[in-house]
Amino acid sequence: MPADEVSVQVDNLTFGYPGHAYVLREINLRVLKGEMFGIIGSNGAGKSTLCKAFNGLVPQFYGGTYGGEVTVSGMNVMKHTVAELSLKVGLVFQEPTNQFSGVSTRVDEEVAFGMSMMGFQREEMTDRITDSLRKVGLEGLENRSPFELSGGQQQRLAIATVLAVKPEVIVMDEPTAQLDPVGKTEVLETMRALNREGYTIIVAEHEIEELATFADRIIALNEGRIVLEGSTRNVLTQIEQLKKIGVDPPSITELSHLMATKAGFTPEEYPITLDEAITLYRDRIRGAS
Amino acid sequence: MALNGVSLEIEPKETIALIGQNGGGKTTLAKQFNGLLKPSKGRVLVKGIETREIPTNKLALTVGYVFQNPSHQIFSSKVWDEVAFGPKNAGFSEQEIEERTKWAIGAVGLSGSEQTHPYDLDYGKMKLLTIASIMSIKPEVYCLDEPTTGQDHQGRRRVAELIQDLNESGSTVIVITHDMRFVAEVAKRIVLVAAGNIVADGPTREIFEKTDILAKAQIRPPQITQLAQALGDCGVRRNLMTVREAADSIGAMIARGKGRGSKLA
Repeated sequence: MPADEVSVQVDNLTFGYPGHAYVLREINLRVLKGEMFGIIGSNGAGKSTLCKAFNGLVPQFYGGTYGGEVTVSGMNVMKHTVAELSLKVGLVFQEPTNQFSGVSTRVDEEVAFGMSMMGFQREEMTDRITDSLRKVGLEGLENRSPFELSGGQQQRLAIATVLAVKPEVIVMDEPTAQLDPVGKTEVLETMRALNREGYTIIVAEHEIEELATFADRIIALNEGRIVLEGSTRNVLTQIEQLKKIGVDPPSITELSHLMATKAGFTPEEYPITLDEAITLYRDRIRGAS
Repeated sequence: MALNGVSLEIEPKETIALIGQNGGGKTTLAKQFNGLLKPSKGRVLVKGIETREIPTNKLALTVGYVFQNPSHQIFSSKVWDEVAFGPKNAGFSEQEIEERTKWAIGAVGLSGSEQTHPYDLDYGKMKLLTIASIMSIKPEVYCLDEPTTGQDHQGRRRVAELIQDLNESGSTVIVITHDMRFVAEVAKRIVLVAAGNIVADGPTREIFEKTDILAKAQIRPPQITQLAQALGDCGVRRNLMTVREAADSIGAMIARGKGRGSKLA
Protein backbone atom coordinates (compact mmCIF):
# COMPACT_ATOMS: atom_id res chain seq x y z
CA MET A 1 0.00 0.00 0.00
CA PRO A 2 1.43 3.41 -0.93
CA ALA A 3 2.15 5.06 2.37
CA ASP A 4 0.46 8.38 1.97
CA GLU A 5 -1.63 8.68 -1.15
CA VAL A 6 -4.91 10.14 0.01
CA SER A 7 -7.98 8.78 -1.72
CA VAL A 8 -10.72 10.47 0.25
CA GLN A 9 -10.39 13.58 2.34
CA VAL A 10 -13.10 15.11 4.49
CA ASP A 11 -12.51 18.49 6.09
CA ASN A 12 -14.84 19.92 8.68
CA LEU A 13 -17.94 18.36 7.14
CA THR A 14 -21.20 19.43 8.75
CA PHE A 15 -24.56 18.49 7.31
CA GLY A 16 -28.27 18.57 8.12
CA TYR A 17 -31.14 17.31 5.96
CA PRO A 18 -33.63 20.03 4.99
CA GLY A 19 -35.60 21.12 8.04
CA HIS A 20 -33.67 18.86 10.42
CA ALA A 21 -30.87 19.28 12.93
CA TYR A 22 -27.31 18.45 11.91
CA VAL A 23 -26.65 14.74 11.43
CA LEU A 24 -22.93 15.18 10.73
CA ARG A 25 -20.80 17.59 12.72
CA GLU A 26 -17.23 18.64 12.06
CA ILE A 27 -16.13 15.41 10.42
CA ASN A 28 -12.47 15.25 9.52
CA LEU A 29 -10.92 12.16 8.02
CA ARG A 30 -8.51 10.86 5.42
CA VAL A 31 -8.76 7.49 3.74
CA LEU A 32 -5.58 6.32 2.06
CA LYS A 33 -5.50 4.60 -1.28
CA GLY A 34 -5.94 0.86 -0.87
CA GLU A 35 -7.21 1.08 2.69
CA MET A 36 -10.07 -0.90 4.18
CA PHE A 37 -11.76 1.74 6.28
CA GLY A 38 -14.55 0.88 8.71
CA ILE A 39 -17.33 3.11 10.03
CA ILE A 40 -19.13 1.94 13.16
CA GLY A 41 -21.84 3.39 15.36
CA SER A 42 -25.52 2.97 16.27
CA ASN A 43 -28.34 3.47 13.80
CA GLY A 44 -28.90 7.20 13.53
CA ALA A 45 -25.26 8.04 14.32
CA GLY A 46 -24.70 9.38 10.79
CA LYS A 47 -23.04 6.40 9.06
CA SER A 48 -25.36 6.30 6.04
CA THR A 49 -25.30 10.06 5.61
CA LEU A 50 -21.52 10.06 5.65
CA CYS A 51 -21.48 7.25 3.07
CA LYS A 52 -23.70 9.35 0.81
CA ALA A 53 -21.43 12.37 1.26
CA PHE A 54 -18.55 10.49 -0.38
CA ASN A 55 -20.18 10.52 -3.82
CA GLY A 56 -21.98 13.82 -3.49
CA LEU A 57 -25.51 12.43 -3.06
CA VAL A 58 -25.28 14.44 0.16
CA PRO A 59 -25.94 17.29 -0.47
CA GLN A 60 -26.59 17.30 -4.22
CA PHE A 61 -29.60 14.96 -4.16
CA TYR A 62 -30.87 15.60 -0.64
CA GLY A 63 -30.30 19.34 -0.29
CA GLY A 64 -29.99 20.63 3.27
CA THR A 65 -27.36 22.58 5.15
CA TYR A 66 -23.82 21.70 4.17
CA GLY A 67 -20.48 22.97 5.38
CA GLY A 68 -16.91 21.82 4.89
CA GLU A 69 -15.30 19.92 2.04
CA VAL A 70 -15.24 16.36 0.73
CA THR A 71 -12.59 15.49 -1.84
CA VAL A 72 -12.46 12.14 -3.63
CA SER A 73 -9.60 11.31 -5.98
CA GLY A 74 -8.81 14.98 -6.03
CA MET A 75 -12.38 15.97 -6.98
CA ASN A 76 -14.31 18.28 -4.69
CA VAL A 77 -17.75 16.67 -4.57
CA MET A 78 -19.46 20.06 -4.71
CA LYS A 79 -17.77 20.91 -7.98
CA HIS A 80 -18.75 17.77 -9.87
CA THR A 81 -22.04 16.07 -10.68
CA VAL A 82 -23.00 12.82 -8.94
CA ALA A 83 -22.70 11.15 -12.36
CA GLU A 84 -19.09 12.31 -12.70
CA LEU A 85 -18.33 11.29 -9.14
CA SER A 86 -19.86 7.87 -9.73
CA LEU A 87 -16.94 7.10 -12.02
CA LYS A 88 -14.63 7.44 -9.02
CA VAL A 89 -16.81 6.31 -6.12
CA GLY A 90 -19.20 3.38 -6.18
CA LEU A 91 -21.93 3.20 -3.54
CA VAL A 92 -23.42 -0.11 -2.40
CA PHE A 93 -26.53 -0.02 -0.21
CA GLN A 94 -27.88 -2.27 2.53
CA GLU A 95 -30.73 -3.66 0.45
CA PRO A 96 -29.45 -4.86 -2.95
CA THR A 97 -32.89 -4.92 -4.52
CA ASN A 98 -33.23 -1.18 -3.82
CA GLN A 99 -30.14 -0.69 -5.93
CA PHE A 100 -31.27 -2.76 -8.90
CA SER A 101 -32.72 -0.94 -11.88
CA GLY A 102 -35.80 -3.18 -11.73
CA VAL A 103 -35.89 -3.29 -15.53
CA SER A 104 -33.20 -5.88 -16.17
CA THR A 105 -34.27 -9.49 -16.45
CA ARG A 106 -30.73 -10.79 -16.60
CA VAL A 107 -27.70 -10.43 -14.36
CA ASP A 108 -25.48 -9.18 -17.20
CA GLU A 109 -28.10 -6.61 -18.27
CA GLU A 110 -28.19 -5.30 -14.72
CA VAL A 111 -24.44 -4.73 -14.80
CA ALA A 112 -24.83 -3.08 -18.22
CA PHE A 113 -27.62 -0.80 -17.04
CA GLY A 114 -25.50 1.56 -14.96
CA MET A 115 -22.86 1.80 -17.67
CA SER A 116 -25.42 2.51 -20.39
CA MET A 117 -26.80 5.33 -18.24
CA MET A 118 -23.30 6.74 -18.20
CA GLY A 119 -22.87 6.50 -21.95
CA PHE A 120 -20.38 3.64 -22.25
CA GLN A 121 -20.01 2.03 -25.67
CA ARG A 122 -21.28 -1.49 -26.19
CA GLU A 123 -17.87 -3.08 -26.98
CA GLU A 124 -16.36 -1.67 -23.85
CA MET A 125 -19.31 -2.80 -21.76
CA THR A 126 -18.95 -6.47 -22.68
CA ASP A 127 -15.45 -6.75 -21.26
CA ARG A 128 -16.35 -4.84 -18.16
CA ILE A 129 -19.40 -7.03 -17.49
CA THR A 130 -17.31 -10.20 -17.75
CA ASP A 131 -14.59 -8.73 -15.59
CA SER A 132 -16.82 -7.39 -12.81
CA LEU A 133 -18.97 -10.54 -12.59
CA ARG A 134 -15.81 -12.60 -12.29
CA LYS A 135 -14.48 -10.38 -9.52
CA VAL A 136 -17.59 -10.99 -7.42
CA GLY A 137 -17.79 -14.68 -8.31
CA LEU A 138 -21.02 -14.53 -10.32
CA GLU A 139 -19.62 -15.79 -13.61
CA GLY A 140 -21.93 -18.39 -15.11
CA LEU A 141 -25.06 -16.68 -13.79
CA GLU A 142 -25.21 -14.03 -16.55
CA ASN A 143 -28.64 -15.04 -17.83
CA ARG A 144 -30.36 -15.50 -14.46
CA SER A 145 -32.87 -12.96 -13.23
CA PRO A 146 -31.43 -10.68 -10.52
CA PHE A 147 -34.52 -11.45 -8.47
CA GLU A 148 -33.90 -15.21 -8.53
CA LEU A 149 -30.53 -14.86 -6.83
CA SER A 150 -29.87 -15.52 -3.14
CA GLY A 151 -29.37 -12.49 -0.89
CA GLY A 152 -25.59 -12.86 -0.96
CA GLN A 153 -25.59 -13.19 -4.75
CA GLN A 154 -27.81 -10.12 -5.10
CA GLN A 155 -25.47 -8.07 -2.96
CA ARG A 156 -22.49 -9.28 -4.98
CA LEU A 157 -24.36 -8.30 -8.15
CA ALA A 158 -24.87 -4.84 -6.68
CA ILE A 159 -21.12 -4.69 -6.08
CA ALA A 160 -20.50 -5.83 -9.68
CA THR A 161 -22.68 -3.06 -11.09
CA VAL A 162 -20.49 -0.60 -9.20
CA LEU A 163 -17.23 -2.32 -10.20
CA ALA A 164 -18.09 -2.19 -13.89
CA VAL A 165 -17.54 1.55 -13.84
CA LYS A 166 -14.04 0.91 -12.43
CA PRO A 167 -14.22 3.28 -9.51
CA GLU A 168 -11.26 3.96 -7.27
CA VAL A 169 -13.27 3.83 -4.07
CA ILE A 170 -16.12 1.52 -3.12
CA VAL A 171 -18.37 2.70 -0.30
CA MET A 172 -20.65 0.11 1.28
CA ASP A 173 -23.41 0.97 3.69
CA GLU A 174 -24.10 -2.07 5.90
CA PRO A 175 -23.78 -4.45 2.95
CA THR A 176 -24.31 -7.57 5.07
CA ALA A 177 -27.10 -6.39 7.38
CA GLN A 178 -29.91 -8.17 5.54
CA LEU A 179 -28.01 -11.36 4.72
CA ASP A 180 -27.89 -14.82 6.26
CA PRO A 181 -24.49 -16.16 7.42
CA VAL A 182 -23.67 -17.70 4.05
CA GLY A 183 -24.50 -14.45 2.27
CA LYS A 184 -22.55 -12.42 4.84
CA THR A 185 -19.48 -14.57 4.30
CA GLU A 186 -19.79 -14.28 0.51
CA VAL A 187 -19.95 -10.50 0.63
CA LEU A 188 -17.20 -10.12 3.23
CA GLU A 189 -14.91 -12.41 1.19
CA THR A 190 -15.67 -10.36 -1.92
CA MET A 191 -14.76 -7.17 -0.06
CA ARG A 192 -11.51 -8.68 1.12
CA ALA A 193 -10.61 -9.85 -2.38
CA LEU A 194 -11.34 -6.44 -3.90
CA ASN A 195 -9.28 -4.74 -1.24
CA ARG A 196 -6.38 -7.09 -1.97
CA GLU A 197 -6.67 -6.06 -5.62
CA GLY A 198 -6.06 -2.50 -4.54
CA TYR A 199 -9.54 -1.01 -4.27
CA THR A 200 -10.05 1.50 -1.49
CA ILE A 201 -13.04 0.29 0.51
CA ILE A 202 -15.07 2.24 3.02
CA VAL A 203 -17.63 0.13 4.85
CA ALA A 204 -20.25 0.94 7.47
CA GLU A 205 -20.81 -2.27 9.41
CA HIS A 206 -22.38 -3.66 12.59
CA GLU A 207 -20.50 -6.96 12.25
CA ILE A 208 -17.69 -5.86 14.56
CA GLU A 209 -16.21 -9.33 15.06
CA GLU A 210 -15.77 -9.60 11.27
CA LEU A 211 -14.55 -6.03 10.83
CA ALA A 212 -11.88 -6.76 13.45
CA THR A 213 -10.31 -9.32 11.13
CA PHE A 214 -9.84 -7.12 8.09
CA ALA A 215 -10.26 -3.36 8.59
CA ASP A 216 -7.09 -1.24 8.58
CA ARG A 217 -8.63 1.70 10.38
CA ILE A 218 -11.98 2.49 11.96
CA ILE A 219 -13.93 5.55 12.99
CA ALA A 220 -16.80 5.37 15.47
CA LEU A 221 -19.61 7.87 15.02
CA ASN A 222 -22.02 9.03 17.68
CA GLU A 223 -24.67 11.67 17.14
CA GLY A 224 -22.95 12.82 13.97
CA ARG A 225 -19.47 13.21 15.43
CA ILE A 226 -16.36 11.08 15.23
CA VAL A 227 -15.79 9.91 18.80
CA LEU A 228 -13.09 7.32 18.20
CA GLU A 229 -10.62 6.94 15.36
CA GLY A 230 -7.47 5.03 14.72
CA SER A 231 -6.17 1.59 13.91
CA THR A 232 -8.75 -1.16 14.19
CA ARG A 233 -7.06 -2.37 17.36
CA ASN A 234 -6.97 1.03 18.98
CA VAL A 235 -10.65 1.63 18.35
CA LEU A 236 -12.00 -1.83 19.17
CA THR A 237 -10.16 -2.03 22.49
CA GLN A 238 -11.84 1.15 23.82
CA ILE A 239 -14.44 -1.03 25.50
CA GLU A 240 -16.05 1.53 27.78
CA GLN A 241 -16.32 4.21 25.09
CA LEU A 242 -17.76 1.78 22.58
CA LYS A 243 -20.38 0.61 25.05
CA LYS A 244 -21.24 4.20 25.86
CA ILE A 245 -22.17 4.81 22.23
CA GLY A 246 -24.10 1.54 21.98
CA VAL A 247 -21.55 -0.52 20.07
CA ASP A 248 -20.68 -4.01 21.31
CA PRO A 249 -16.97 -4.75 20.93
CA PRO A 250 -15.93 -8.26 19.83
CA SER A 251 -16.95 -10.70 22.62
CA ILE A 252 -13.39 -11.87 23.15
CA THR A 253 -12.15 -8.27 23.49
CA GLU A 254 -14.88 -7.58 26.03
CA LEU A 255 -13.87 -10.76 27.84
CA SER A 256 -10.30 -9.54 28.20
CA HIS A 257 -11.52 -6.20 29.49
CA LEU A 258 -13.80 -7.86 32.03
CA MET A 259 -10.97 -10.07 33.23
CA ALA A 260 -8.63 -7.09 33.46
CA THR A 261 -11.07 -5.03 35.52
CA LYS A 262 -12.48 -7.84 37.69
CA ALA A 263 -9.73 -10.42 37.94
CA GLY A 264 -6.64 -8.26 37.49
CA PHE A 265 -5.62 -10.21 34.43
CA THR A 266 -4.13 -7.53 32.21
CA PRO A 267 -2.56 -8.58 28.93
CA GLU A 268 -0.23 -6.16 27.15
CA GLU A 269 -2.92 -5.62 24.58
CA TYR A 270 -6.46 -6.92 24.30
CA PRO A 271 -7.05 -9.44 21.52
CA ILE A 272 -9.50 -8.32 18.83
CA THR A 273 -9.77 -11.53 16.82
CA LEU A 274 -10.63 -15.07 17.86
CA ASP A 275 -7.18 -16.34 16.82
CA GLU A 276 -5.43 -13.74 18.94
CA ALA A 277 -7.63 -14.62 21.90
CA ILE A 278 -6.95 -18.34 21.56
CA THR A 279 -3.19 -17.74 21.52
CA LEU A 280 -3.31 -15.33 24.46
CA TYR A 281 -5.41 -17.51 26.76
CA ARG A 282 -3.69 -20.74 25.82
CA ASP A 283 -0.36 -19.18 26.85
CA ARG A 284 -1.76 -17.78 30.07
CA ILE A 285 -3.56 -20.95 31.12
CA ARG A 286 -0.53 -23.09 30.34
CA GLY A 287 1.74 -20.59 32.01
CA ALA A 288 -0.45 -20.67 35.10
CA SER A 289 -0.69 -24.43 35.49
CA MET B 1 -41.29 -30.33 -0.30
CA ALA B 2 -40.39 -27.47 2.07
CA LEU B 3 -40.83 -29.67 5.16
CA ASN B 4 -40.57 -33.41 5.17
CA GLY B 5 -41.71 -35.48 8.14
CA VAL B 6 -41.04 -33.00 10.91
CA SER B 7 -42.02 -33.90 14.49
CA LEU B 8 -41.72 -31.38 17.28
CA GLU B 9 -43.30 -30.63 20.64
CA ILE B 10 -43.13 -27.27 22.33
CA GLU B 11 -44.00 -26.87 25.99
CA PRO B 12 -45.59 -23.74 27.45
CA LYS B 13 -43.08 -21.03 28.47
CA GLU B 14 -40.20 -22.34 26.39
CA THR B 15 -37.82 -20.01 24.57
CA ILE B 16 -36.76 -21.67 21.34
CA ALA B 17 -34.42 -20.57 18.58
CA LEU B 18 -35.17 -21.96 15.13
CA ILE B 19 -31.86 -21.82 13.32
CA GLY B 20 -30.52 -23.01 9.97
CA GLN B 21 -29.68 -21.63 6.55
CA ASN B 22 -32.19 -19.77 4.42
CA GLY B 23 -34.25 -22.13 2.33
CA GLY B 24 -33.99 -24.89 4.94
CA GLY B 25 -37.59 -24.56 6.15
CA LYS B 26 -37.44 -22.46 9.35
CA THR B 27 -40.06 -19.94 8.30
CA THR B 28 -42.26 -22.61 6.72
CA LEU B 29 -42.19 -24.49 10.01
CA ALA B 30 -42.93 -21.40 12.09
CA LYS B 31 -45.86 -20.46 9.85
CA GLN B 32 -47.42 -23.82 10.69
CA PHE B 33 -47.65 -22.79 14.32
CA ASN B 34 -50.25 -20.10 13.75
CA GLY B 35 -52.01 -21.68 10.80
CA LEU B 36 -50.62 -19.32 8.14
CA LEU B 37 -49.65 -22.58 6.51
CA LYS B 38 -51.39 -25.92 7.06
CA PRO B 39 -49.65 -29.28 6.68
CA SER B 40 -50.20 -31.17 3.44
CA LYS B 41 -49.65 -34.35 5.45
CA GLY B 42 -49.50 -34.97 9.18
CA ARG B 43 -50.95 -32.58 11.74
CA VAL B 44 -50.12 -29.57 13.84
CA LEU B 45 -51.84 -29.19 17.21
CA VAL B 46 -51.98 -25.92 19.12
CA LYS B 47 -53.22 -26.45 22.67
CA GLY B 48 -54.50 -29.83 21.57
CA ILE B 49 -56.55 -28.60 18.62
CA GLU B 50 -55.58 -29.25 15.01
CA THR B 51 -54.71 -26.07 13.15
CA ARG B 52 -56.84 -27.29 10.24
CA GLU B 53 -59.91 -27.00 12.49
CA ILE B 54 -59.29 -23.47 13.72
CA PRO B 55 -59.68 -20.40 11.50
CA THR B 56 -56.37 -18.55 11.23
CA ASN B 57 -57.86 -15.35 12.67
CA LYS B 58 -58.80 -17.27 15.86
CA LEU B 59 -55.44 -18.99 16.03
CA ALA B 60 -53.73 -15.61 15.73
CA LEU B 61 -55.07 -14.76 19.20
CA THR B 62 -53.09 -17.68 20.64
CA VAL B 63 -50.03 -17.67 18.39
CA GLY B 64 -48.75 -14.28 17.25
CA TYR B 65 -46.48 -14.13 14.22
CA VAL B 66 -44.07 -11.26 13.59
CA PHE B 67 -42.87 -11.21 9.99
CA GLN B 68 -39.26 -10.85 9.00
CA ASN B 69 -39.94 -7.94 6.68
CA PRO B 70 -41.81 -5.19 8.55
CA SER B 71 -43.31 -3.85 5.33
CA HIS B 72 -45.12 -7.19 4.91
CA GLN B 73 -46.92 -6.51 8.16
CA ILE B 74 -47.35 -2.76 8.59
CA PHE B 75 -50.38 -1.18 6.93
CA SER B 76 -51.50 1.71 9.18
CA SER B 77 -50.38 5.30 8.80
CA LYS B 78 -49.82 5.80 12.53
CA VAL B 79 -47.88 3.79 15.10
CA TRP B 80 -50.86 3.88 17.48
CA ASP B 81 -53.31 2.54 14.88
CA GLU B 82 -50.94 -0.23 13.88
CA VAL B 83 -50.69 -1.48 17.46
CA ALA B 84 -54.39 -0.92 18.23
CA PHE B 85 -55.51 -2.94 15.20
CA GLY B 86 -55.06 -6.38 16.77
CA PRO B 87 -57.09 -5.83 19.94
CA LYS B 88 -59.67 -3.82 17.97
CA ASN B 89 -60.04 -6.66 15.51
CA ALA B 90 -60.35 -9.14 18.36
CA GLY B 91 -63.33 -7.17 19.67
CA PHE B 92 -61.96 -5.84 22.95
CA SER B 93 -63.61 -2.85 24.68
CA GLU B 94 -62.39 0.67 23.90
CA GLN B 95 -60.71 0.86 27.29
CA GLU B 96 -59.02 -2.49 26.88
CA ILE B 97 -57.79 -1.54 23.40
CA GLU B 98 -56.37 1.68 24.79
CA GLU B 99 -54.64 -0.05 27.69
CA ARG B 100 -53.13 -2.79 25.57
CA THR B 101 -51.95 -0.40 22.88
CA LYS B 102 -50.31 1.91 25.36
CA TRP B 103 -48.67 -0.99 27.17
CA ALA B 104 -47.28 -2.59 24.00
CA ILE B 105 -45.94 0.68 22.58
CA GLY B 106 -44.27 1.43 25.91
CA ALA B 107 -42.82 -2.07 26.21
CA VAL B 108 -40.91 -1.78 22.92
CA GLY B 109 -39.70 1.73 23.74
CA LEU B 110 -41.81 3.62 21.19
CA SER B 111 -43.70 5.87 23.64
CA GLY B 112 -43.79 9.37 22.21
CA SER B 113 -43.95 8.07 18.62
CA GLU B 114 -47.66 7.17 18.71
CA GLN B 115 -48.59 9.60 15.94
CA THR B 116 -45.53 8.88 13.77
CA HIS B 117 -45.97 7.25 10.39
CA PRO B 118 -44.46 3.74 10.67
CA TYR B 119 -42.37 4.29 7.55
CA ASP B 120 -40.77 7.34 9.14
CA LEU B 121 -39.25 5.08 11.80
CA ASP B 122 -35.80 3.64 11.19
CA TYR B 123 -35.69 -0.02 10.26
CA GLY B 124 -34.91 -1.24 13.76
CA LYS B 125 -37.80 0.68 15.29
CA MET B 126 -40.10 -0.51 12.53
CA LYS B 127 -39.32 -4.06 13.59
CA LEU B 128 -40.01 -3.19 17.22
CA LEU B 129 -43.34 -1.75 16.10
CA THR B 130 -44.26 -5.03 14.41
CA ILE B 131 -43.54 -6.82 17.69
CA ALA B 132 -45.70 -4.31 19.62
CA SER B 133 -48.59 -4.82 17.22
CA ILE B 134 -48.56 -8.52 18.12
CA MET B 135 -47.96 -7.92 21.85
CA SER B 136 -51.18 -5.90 22.05
CA ILE B 137 -53.06 -9.11 21.25
CA LYS B 138 -51.26 -10.76 24.20
CA PRO B 139 -50.89 -14.15 22.53
CA GLU B 140 -49.63 -17.11 24.55
CA VAL B 141 -47.05 -17.93 21.91
CA TYR B 142 -44.88 -15.54 19.92
CA CYS B 143 -43.15 -16.45 16.67
CA LEU B 144 -40.56 -13.81 15.78
CA ASP B 145 -39.01 -14.14 12.33
CA GLU B 146 -35.48 -12.67 12.36
CA PRO B 147 -36.18 -9.88 14.86
CA THR B 148 -32.52 -8.79 14.99
CA THR B 149 -31.93 -8.41 11.25
CA GLY B 150 -31.09 -4.79 10.48
CA GLN B 151 -30.91 -3.90 14.19
CA ASP B 152 -27.91 -2.17 15.65
CA HIS B 153 -26.42 -3.52 18.88
CA GLN B 154 -28.75 -1.54 21.11
CA GLY B 155 -31.77 -2.65 19.12
CA ARG B 156 -30.57 -6.23 19.37
CA ARG B 157 -30.26 -5.92 23.13
CA ARG B 158 -33.72 -4.34 23.37
CA VAL B 159 -35.23 -7.29 21.50
CA ALA B 160 -33.35 -9.71 23.76
CA GLU B 161 -34.70 -8.00 26.89
CA LEU B 162 -38.18 -7.91 25.41
CA ILE B 163 -38.10 -11.65 24.79
CA GLN B 164 -36.91 -12.27 28.35
CA ASP B 165 -39.71 -10.08 29.73
CA LEU B 166 -42.36 -11.80 27.61
CA ASN B 167 -41.07 -15.17 28.68
CA GLU B 168 -40.97 -14.23 32.36
CA SER B 169 -44.56 -13.08 32.15
CA GLY B 170 -45.53 -16.55 30.91
CA SER B 171 -45.29 -16.45 27.12
CA THR B 172 -43.74 -19.07 24.91
CA VAL B 173 -41.30 -17.47 22.47
CA ILE B 174 -40.08 -19.04 19.24
CA VAL B 175 -37.49 -16.96 17.44
CA ILE B 176 -36.03 -17.50 13.98
CA THR B 177 -32.54 -16.07 13.85
CA HIS B 178 -29.06 -16.31 12.37
CA ASP B 179 -27.44 -14.46 15.27
CA MET B 180 -25.85 -17.04 17.56
CA ARG B 181 -24.77 -14.51 20.18
CA PHE B 182 -28.42 -13.55 20.42
CA VAL B 183 -29.44 -17.23 20.63
CA ALA B 184 -27.02 -17.73 23.53
CA GLU B 185 -28.63 -14.82 25.34
CA VAL B 186 -32.32 -15.57 24.81
CA ALA B 187 -33.02 -19.18 23.88
CA LYS B 188 -32.90 -22.17 26.21
CA ARG B 189 -33.50 -24.59 23.36
CA ILE B 190 -32.31 -24.78 19.77
CA VAL B 191 -34.10 -26.44 16.90
CA LEU B 192 -31.83 -26.66 13.86
CA VAL B 193 -33.72 -26.99 10.58
CA ALA B 194 -32.02 -28.00 7.33
CA ALA B 195 -33.36 -29.36 4.05
CA GLY B 196 -36.90 -29.55 5.39
CA ASN B 197 -36.08 -31.48 8.49
CA ILE B 198 -35.00 -31.05 12.10
CA VAL B 199 -31.35 -32.08 12.27
CA ALA B 200 -30.73 -31.13 15.90
CA ASP B 201 -33.01 -30.31 18.82
CA GLY B 202 -31.94 -29.75 22.41
CA PRO B 203 -30.72 -27.33 25.07
CA THR B 204 -28.79 -24.41 23.55
CA ARG B 205 -25.57 -25.29 25.34
CA GLU B 206 -25.65 -28.88 24.12
CA ILE B 207 -26.40 -27.95 20.52
CA PHE B 208 -23.51 -25.48 20.45
CA GLU B 209 -21.24 -28.42 21.28
CA LYS B 210 -22.35 -30.33 18.21
CA THR B 211 -19.81 -28.58 16.04
CA ASP B 212 -20.00 -31.13 13.21
CA ILE B 213 -23.73 -30.72 12.71
CA LEU B 214 -23.45 -26.95 13.02
CA ALA B 215 -20.58 -26.75 10.55
CA LYS B 216 -22.61 -28.76 8.05
CA ALA B 217 -25.34 -26.13 8.35
CA GLN B 218 -22.65 -23.42 8.04
CA ILE B 219 -23.40 -22.13 11.53
CA ARG B 220 -20.71 -20.95 13.91
CA PRO B 221 -21.45 -20.85 17.64
CA PRO B 222 -20.95 -17.50 19.43
CA GLN B 223 -17.35 -16.22 19.48
CA ILE B 224 -17.03 -16.99 23.20
CA THR B 225 -18.10 -20.60 22.62
CA GLN B 226 -15.63 -20.89 19.74
CA LEU B 227 -12.91 -19.65 22.09
CA ALA B 228 -13.92 -22.12 24.80
CA GLN B 229 -13.93 -24.98 22.30
CA ALA B 230 -10.48 -24.05 21.01
CA LEU B 231 -9.20 -23.96 24.60
CA GLY B 232 -10.87 -27.24 25.51
CA ASP B 233 -7.47 -28.98 25.36
CA CYS B 234 -6.27 -26.67 28.15
CA GLY B 235 -9.15 -27.77 30.36
CA VAL B 236 -11.57 -24.92 29.60
CA ARG B 237 -15.26 -25.94 29.67
CA ARG B 238 -16.23 -26.28 26.03
CA ASN B 239 -19.78 -25.03 26.47
CA LEU B 240 -19.24 -21.50 27.74
CA MET B 241 -21.64 -19.10 26.04
CA THR B 242 -21.39 -15.62 27.50
CA VAL B 243 -18.61 -13.16 28.21
CA ARG B 244 -19.38 -13.25 31.93
CA GLU B 245 -19.27 -17.05 32.12
CA ALA B 246 -15.99 -17.11 30.27
CA ALA B 247 -14.48 -14.40 32.48
CA ASP B 248 -15.41 -16.35 35.61
CA SER B 249 -14.26 -19.69 34.31
CA ILE B 250 -11.03 -18.75 32.50
CA GLY B 251 -10.24 -16.09 35.11
CA ALA B 252 -10.48 -18.72 37.86
CA MET B 253 -8.18 -21.08 35.98
CA ILE B 254 -5.50 -18.44 35.57
CA ALA B 255 -5.87 -17.23 39.16
CA ARG B 256 -5.72 -20.79 40.54
CA GLY B 257 -2.57 -21.45 38.58
CA LYS B 258 -1.00 -18.26 39.85
CA GLY B 259 -1.99 -19.06 43.43
CA ARG B 260 -0.40 -22.47 43.18
CA GLY B 261 2.67 -20.97 41.56
CA SER B 262 3.22 -18.53 44.38
CA LYS B 263 2.76 -21.21 47.03
CA LEU B 264 5.45 -23.29 45.39
CA ALA B 265 7.74 -20.29 45.27
